Amino acid sequence: MAEVTEVSRAVEVPDAVFVERSRLVEGVRAYGLIVAMWLRSTMAYRASFAMTAFGNFAATGFDFVAILLMFAHVDELGGYTLPEIALLYGASGTAFGLADLVLGSMDRLGRRVRDGTLDTLLVRPVPVLAQVAADRFALRRLGRITQGLLVLGYGLAVLDIAWTPLKVVMIPLMLLSGAAIFGAVFVGGAAFQFFAQDAAEVQNSFTYGGNTLLQYPPTVFAKDLVRGVTFVVPLAFVNWLPTLYVLGREYPLGLPEWVAFLPPVVAGVCWGLAGAAWRAGLRSYRSTGN
Amino acid sequence: MGMRLYAVVAAGGFRRHATYRIATAAGVFTNTVFGFILAYTYTALWDERPQLGGYDLSQALTYVWLGQALLATSAMMGGGFEDELVERIRTGDVAVDLYRPVDLQLWWLAGDLGRAAFQLLARGVVPMLLGALAFPLALPGSPGVWLAFLVSVTLGVVVSFALRYLVALSAFWLMDGAGAAQIAFLAGLFFSGLLLPLTLFPGVLGEVARALPWSALLQVPADVFLGKHAGWGLVEAFAFQGGWALALLLAGRLVQSVATRRVVVQGG
Amino acid sequence: MATGTGFIELDGVEKVFEVRRRTGFLRSERREVRAVDGIGFRVERGEMVGYIGPNGAGKSTTIKMLTGILTPSGGRLRVAGIDPSRERTRLAHRIGVVFGQRTTLWWDLPLRDSYRLVHRMYRVPDARFRENLERCVELLDLGALLDVPVRQLSLGQRMRGDIAAALLHDPEVLYLDEPTIGLDVVSKAKVRGFLRDLNAERGTTVLLTTHDLTDIEQLCRRVMVIDHGRLMYDGALAGLHEVGESERTLVVDLERELPPIRLESEPSVRTVKVEGPRQWLAFPASGSAAPLVARIAAEYPLVDLSVREPDIEAVIAKMYASAEAR
Repeated sequence: MAEVTEVSRAVEVPDAVFVERSRLVEGVRAYGLIVAMWLRSTMAYRASFAMTAFGNFAATGFDFVAILLMFAHVDELGGYTLPEIALLYGASGTAFGLADLVLGSMDRLGRRVRDGTLDTLLVRPVPVLAQVAADRFALRRLGRITQGLLVLGYGLAVLDIAWTPLKVVMIPLMLLSGAAIFGAVFVGGAAFQFFAQDAAEVQNSFTYGGNTLLQYPPTVFAKDLVRGVTFVVPLAFVNWLPTLYVLGREYPLGLPEWVAFLPPVVAGVCWGLAGAAWRAGLRSYRSTGN
Repeated sequence: MGMRLYAVVAAGGFRRHATYRIATAAGVFTNTVFGFILAYTYTALWDERPQLGGYDLSQALTYVWLGQALLATSAMMGGGFEDELVERIRTGDVAVDLYRPVDLQLWWLAGDLGRAAFQLLARGVVPMLLGALAFPLALPGSPGVWLAFLVSVTLGVVVSFALRYLVALSAFWLMDGAGAAQIAFLAGLFFSGLLLPLTLFPGVLGEVARALPWSALLQVPADVFLGKHAGWGLVEAFAFQGGWALALLLAGRLVQSVATRRVVVQGG
Repeated sequence: MATGTGFIELDGVEKVFEVRRRTGFLRSERREVRAVDGIGFRVERGEMVGYIGPNGAGKSTTIKMLTGILTPSGGRLRVAGIDPSRERTRLAHRIGVVFGQRTTLWWDLPLRDSYRLVHRMYRVPDARFRENLERCVELLDLGALLDVPVRQLSLGQRMRGDIAAALLHDPEVLYLDEPTIGLDVVSKAKVRGFLRDLNAERGTTVLLTTHDLTDIEQLCRRVMVIDHGRLMYDGALAGLHEVGESERTLVVDLERELPPIRLESEPSVRTVKVEGPRQWLAFPASGSAAPLVARIAAEYPLVDLSVREPDIEAVIAKMYASAEAR
């Protein structure tokens, strides 16, 4: 009797496990499982968590303090008032914060390639991208989102905006699409590290650098730079175009009004490209090893 | 014999960082990107208020690029030897270091000076050149000013080292050094003048910020570079930096001796 | 070797890397390195095989191809009928991997939590998981460690924890990369005992790489030796001696001190050492000791003798050396 169960088990297990599931669903589930592990790990160092969460909040806050200090000397910057810049700042900060919370550890990929620990992820039955994305999940990054939302709230409260239903919809649409665009940059940057393991900092110039850029209005920057962040690395769709639409202000480069509604499309295209880059990177890793 | 040992350690620090070619190139790229972004925002600011903070536009732009050039050298946002020292304290390996016939603080200082020298050459020169190509920078004409600038940068690195050394030693008491490092990072970010020149900070905040040690990292060397300190003023600037360097190094030795006694007690 | 379809099958498997070597400040040179150069073997279900070779011989590269981490440059490779590089995640359910020097356990969490993650990630049915965990805990002596954070475990305890983690989803094959490296004698014995039982009772196929030949001697009936990306030997451990051109030693005790023994009829025998009345004679491991003993007994005043088998480490060292010379 016992022998019979042994045999039937050996046969039945593989089939029971290999129910085909969508890779996306599998990935999200695995991401959740690993994030839960990191949350539990974090709780092993509660005091340190409280300190770093506050630090995260304060570090991003200093950015805005610098802007406040600028406005202690001027009334307008690039033709924009403080509340208008607060709106730009809050939108970019929140979108970036969301992407940072979900995917912020992807820049550790190069390190994993170098020390060989990526291999341990490759022998598991869940997508590698999900595992890398969930790596070192840090709830302290809520500090950045909180700070972004506060500044955004300040801007919205102080500004006298002629609200329409479309403008109301635009705010959450902008934050989510913006987070998705930044997220694609995180994934693309990580894919680049398959080829250059020490190049984590390059990614920073597009993520942190992009976030800093977007805190100021496009009128501040040279035309070529604005063109670059509109058509090459389309960060302009994170907050510039949607915010200018809400504010009813002129777009840069004479773009038509409807482009403000493109962010979801742009985010989709960015994820398509980032996904392709990721697959190419992983394929290259699996053929070259390191 | 002593000096030679530390010179070797410093050379080691230089060479060690020189091996990270890709990382260095990536850092230069990032410094340059941030340099461009900040340069445009400063241009907008100085367009509204020429002569703000006592700088004209080209001096303000020079300040931006100096900040990017010295960011890694002066380790304004941390980075360098601290992680390693914290790890040695956490694992207890530091007990071995304490019995070696070298001065722990000078040993790490020498290595950090080597690192700083490499980063000044590798991560300082290129962004500064690119900045000078794209924007009208105010570069000093006289070799004396360049020399004074180098002295000021060196003093700034020593102050930065002494601060980070204290932060690392906190790991003797706090088992996880992340919190202290975070606070040091914030202070470095804000009070070095990296975000905005300290001369733009209003009232008491400005006075306090300019008196704190972090101003020795960027604000003072930048002002030396821009010729704001000359003659007796230059001596005062050096004295300010040297004073903080000395005070903080001594504080580090004091904390170290307290910590050492603690290690010995724990060991027994 | 074995004919028919094996559980693990390799045919002319190759892995070629392109290595760039810096030759100047900015210039570099491309060079091809054949890490695995046409390897073929079969492993049947339930076999326990040792895979050995010097550093850089291609051991890890082979294991990485077998687990789907690396894509082969050429040849055919199947594990349980699956092409690892094409269906990596499907294969993952059926294999267990232990990297000796890289723990997959969660550093700051109790050991138990790492197992819970495996449970969910591999979707192991609850009852099955409990049963497997109980078994591993008992046999690997983990009971007292389940609620201890991994960072507080010793190296040996952690390795046992890692092996358990690799087995909770009932893999049909277990790959172990240096499972006893850095462990103390007691931990080594525990790990070896567990692997032996696992293989005997559950029929789990085991492939292990190691530097410690005692692992092989105690665990594997079959051994494969790889060097410079090529399979140099595949067969029983005992047969390795013949291939390795190794020598056995005949220790001879004579009645009195005599000059070194010389036998005209046996030119391949050398006297390697003389110490008083005792002499050491080396002769090819492939040859028989009987005629040699008869000859010595006839020509010398023999008191006692014993034959010593070559030690496997020496055999392999010699094998590499001769490959190097070729």
